[in-house]
Amino acid sequence: MASPVSVSDVLIIGGGLMGTSAALFLRQRGRSVTLLESDLVGRQASGTNFGNVRRQGRPIHQLPLANRAIAIWRRANELLGADVEYLQSGHIRVCYRERPENIAKMEEYAAEARHVGLDLELLTGNALRARFPFFGPDVLAGSYSALDGHANPRLTAPAFARAAQRAGAQVFENTRIIHAAKQGTDFVVTAEDGRTFRAPVLLITAGAWGNKLSQQFGEPVPLTPRGPNMSVTEPVPYAIAPAVGVMTPVEEETVYFRQVARGNIILGGSTRGPSYPDQYRAYVLPQNTMKQLRQIRRLAPALANLNIIRVWTGIEGYLPDSLPVMGRSATTSGLFYAFGFSGSGFQIGPGVGETMAELIDTGTTPIDLSHYDIARFRRSA
Amino acid sequence: MTQGRFVRLAEQDRPSLTLYVDGQPVTAMEGDTLMVAMLAAGRVLRTSEFGDGKRAGFCLMAACQDCWVWTEDGGRLRACSTPASAGLRLSTSQPGASWPTAN
Amino acid sequence: MADRELTPRIVVVGAGPAGVRAAQTLLEAGIRPVVIDEAARAGGQIYRRQPTNFRRSHEALYGTEAARAQAVHDGFDAIAATVDYRPDTLVWNIADGQVWTASERGYATLAYDALILCTGATDRLMPVKGWHYAGAYSLGAAQVALKAQACAIGARVVFMGSGPLLYLVASQYVKAGAKVAAVLDTSPLSNRLRAAVDLIAQPGILADGVALTRALAKAGVPVLTGVTPLEITGNAENGVNGVRVRLANGTERDFAADAVALGYHLRPETQLADLARCDFAFDAKTRQWLPKRDQDGRASVAGVYLAGDGARILGARSAEVSGRLAALAALADLGHKVDPLTLVHLRRQVASYARFARGLATAFPWPHEQAANLPDEAIVCRCEAVTAGDLRRVVNETGAKEANRAKAFSRVGMGRCQGRYCGHAGAEVIAACANIPVEQVGRLRGQAPVKPLPVAIAPEGEE
Ligand SMILES: Cc1cc2nc3c(=O)[nH]c(=O)nc-3n(C[C@H](O)[C@H](O)[C@H](O)COP(=O)(O)OP(=O)(O)OC[C@H]3O[C@@H](n4cnc5c(N)ncnc54)[C@H](O)[C@@H]3O)c2cc1C
Ligand SMILES: Cc1cc2nc3c(=O)[nH]c(=O)nc-3n(C[C@H](O)[C@H](O)[C@H](O)COP(=O)(O)OP(=O)(O)OC[C@H]3O[C@@H](n4cnc5c(N)ncnc54)[C@H](O)[C@@H]3O)c2cc1C
Ligand code: FES
Repeated sequence: MASPVSVSDVLIIGGGLMGTSAALFLRQRGRSVTLLESDLVGRQASGTNFGNVRRQGRPIHQLPLANRAIAIWRRANELLGADVEYLQSGHIRVCYRERPENIAKMEEYAAEARHVGLDLELLTGNALRARFPFFGPDVLAGSYSALDGHANPRLTAPAFARAAQRAGAQVFENTRIIHAAKQGTDFVVTAEDGRTFRAPVLLITAGAWGNKLSQQFGEPVPLTPRGPNMSVTEPVPYAIAPAVGVMTPVEEETVYFRQVARGNIILGGSTRGPSYPDQYRAYVLPQNTMKQLRQIRRLAPALANLNIIRVWTGIEGYLPDSLPVMGRSATTSGLFYAFGFSGSGFQIGPGVGETMAELIDTGTTPIDLSHYDIARFRRSA
Repeated sequence: MTQGRFVRLAEQDRPSLTLYVDGQPVTAMEGDTLMVAMLAAGRVLRTSEFGDGKRAGFCLMAACQDCWVWTEDGGRLRACSTPASAGLRLSTSQPGASWPTAN
Repeated sequence: MADRELTPRIVVVGAGPAGVRAAQTLLEAGIRPVVIDEAARAGGQIYRRQPTNFRRSHEALYGTEAARAQAVHDGFDAIAATVDYRPDTLVWNIADGQVWTASERGYATLAYDALILCTGATDRLMPVKGWHYAGAYSLGAAQVALKAQACAIGARVVFMGSGPLLYLVASQYVKAGAKVAAVLDTSPLSNRLRAAVDLIAQPGILADGVALTRALAKAGVPVLTGVTPLEITGNAENGVNGVRVRLANGTERDFAADAVALGYHLRPETQLADLARCDFAFDAKTRQWLPKRDQDGRASVAGVYLAGDGARILGARSAEVSGRLAALAALADLGHKVDPLTLVHLRRQVASYARFARGLATAFPWPHEQAANLPDEAIVCRCEAVTAGDLRRVVNETGAKEANRAKAFSRVGMGRCQGRYCGHAGAEVIAACANIPVEQVGRLRGQAPVKPLPVAIAPEGEE
């Protein structure tokens, strides 16, 4: 067998936000790191997502991780030496009149979130409309988080990768890993073109492709690839500070939007489309764009005057309980996972990288990862 | 400069019509596009969002999207492919009233 | 007509010369196609019609091409009521065997058995410092202003760029009584001599071209070749006040003007082919990516056909022929009998136009080397106001060398024109900066909608 291209302390497969941020934080802890990416870093879910840096709405047990991430977002430009367009401009989550029971849910959530460091302000009626005059008549109430916001996903993971590289990480793009196994004390992973890489620790951060690798270690998970729909309007004067989203159990109603400082409004959500991870392709179904626009008009009728100039989607891996796989392997020592973020990995991404680096480096982390254990799928998969 | 950017060379015996640009009456002719109506009487259509100055369209064939103007009630029209009509009230910048103000 | 004839359903997008001839050919075979065109009146670009209340004659509008224009217009008028004609209707997406349309009435879908894309062309642009000023227009724009609205784009117009249209439109301006300050061609005259071997394939068109140059000279318009554009001068508030160029002899010269018509021949409108997931290939002669197709217009995707300038820039006469060929290809694939001799005859004509087009590409080459010399402060992407310097910084600092990657980081091509006007030049700037061949930069992937779509859009028939 040919000698490995690199030997390091840690191998990371997958150069999305999770992999690139883990690489940076591992380097900061003095570990040598090799990051392997089948395409270009940050081009998949991490580069195509909506860009919500939102804590509210996440399970309460995830808020400590989200808080850890917020702290990194706040110093991201300085940490990365690049502007990732992070705006801490607030996030508001609203519910519709036809689901008044959601007000109680919002109140309950706010009460619990307060104990974990997330302050939410509940707004209804005139108070809501006075502050956010763009909401439609169907909007009943809103839960406002002043310290959430949004950032530019196209720039973020690549900036983490460059920072990791500057800190000494080796980054191999266009390197698709097709085989991974443990040989003795080391993991040896093999790329499509036959190159091999070796390390005693392996972190799999392969997004919607994570299951292809985890099953090589006897740990398949029921990961479903889907493509959320995005659209963007022409630029208009900057007037909407917070990112806005709808709280609803109905997939079609789950739309969200944010205005970037340059003026364009990014619209996302409603029915998700299919995606094809094997071909690295995802397509926006036009019917889904039409549903999305209808829902956006309901949420914010003033946006009906604008035009969408482009639509896109990306490939994201969803797990049945909408929670990621994050933590140690249940079968193989030295193996770690962080994938399957089920449509909500952008905000927590840097926190995930820091937590995985900490776990790998020290063997422990104060972040509670019990909900994300891969062993939870042992029976179902 | 008050004179128009575009120069009419023929077809000048069409019936005229009046529309309003930023509140000022503009005399145009039936069959004009909004763009011709606005640029036969004025110099620009809009201001670039990104600080590089005034714009007056570019392709005239509905491809570049540089010529969008507003109606006074906040609607958007592509000036090079929309026929001018009498009484239309246009704005070269986004009318504030149509847009939610920052909180 | 009986329903039977609506099946199989063949959708033709575009009612220019290619689309009109395709539709006629289908009707002749007993099939009633759907013809969708974004414009209010059929005719396409070259034979674009003026509004109904304008009075100029075909001769005044189309000059030497008046008879052809008349034939295409009459040809379509004769079938307009028979085909399922949908003017003022944009095809904004294609998915799963359906076209998605948008019009004043809302959006709708239409399933097809065969789809013939005759989407035509738009100007090919190389940026120059100052091309974002008000008063700088595409060359095509200058012609549209005149043809469709009887206007000149300014009181004193400079024509700058290259290609046959540069001379055509300038002389149309002169003839219509507009003031033309100069015709500034970036191609050296010597190229035309080298191109003669191919240009001779269409002696008639060649002679028309030579006549144009003579007419300009006779009118006293300075016509300069081998020119290097340096700057469109003026300011952000008042727009263009002239151009500065370097002449073939190395001296710099200013021309005063209040408008510039800028263009370097044409580029096909390939967005729909892209959305239909057709394969593309790099064309080294013209340095651009074009949808693959066979000699009759079959794209790589079954049931999709490409004709006219939307597939290859071969000009209006060729568009009529390739429109027929694509329709015959669709008919043959749907099991109709097609006369093989007709095919041979039509293919031979297209081959001759293709040879002529090759000659034009030699005579009036895309001046890709200008991209390397663009000053950093020159805007490359007009929509997003991204400069050459911004783009180069992204290439140097992030290592982005692929078109879509550089777009993601720099916003070049991310604006409302969808990269139509900056895509080719942006790729050249990246290639020059990274010192790689332009084909390695790749091409901007097409994204729906083909043109902006109102957020307010609802299904046809609703409300
Ligand atoms: C359209 C869209 C909108 C979204 N909106 C939001 C939002 O607003 N807020 C939010 O919090 N989250 C959002 N998400 C989810 C969020 O983007 C993801 O959860 C997050 O980016 C996941 O990061 P990742 O690093 O795990 O995955 P990815 O970014 O997909 O990275 C995984 C990487 O692994 C690589 N890879 C896979 N297999 C291999 C292999 N065998 N060898 C080498 N490399 C491999 C891939 O090429 C890829 O680059 C959205 C997702 C999408 C697609
Ligand atoms: C401004 C201009 C001037 C030209 N002048 C000349 C000339 O003088 N001589 C010459 O030989 N060539 C000229 N050309 C080249 C010219 O394009 C072709 O020669 C000829 O018009 C090609 O015919 P076509 O049928 O392929 O396309 P076109 O005539 O361009 O027709 C395309 C049609 O498709 C429609 N269309 C495109 N996309 C969509 C969509 N998504 N949905 C619905 N409809 C759509 C358009 O509205 C248009 O009517 C010119 C081109 C331009 C742009
Ligand atoms: S001027 Fe280009 S779209 Fe109107």
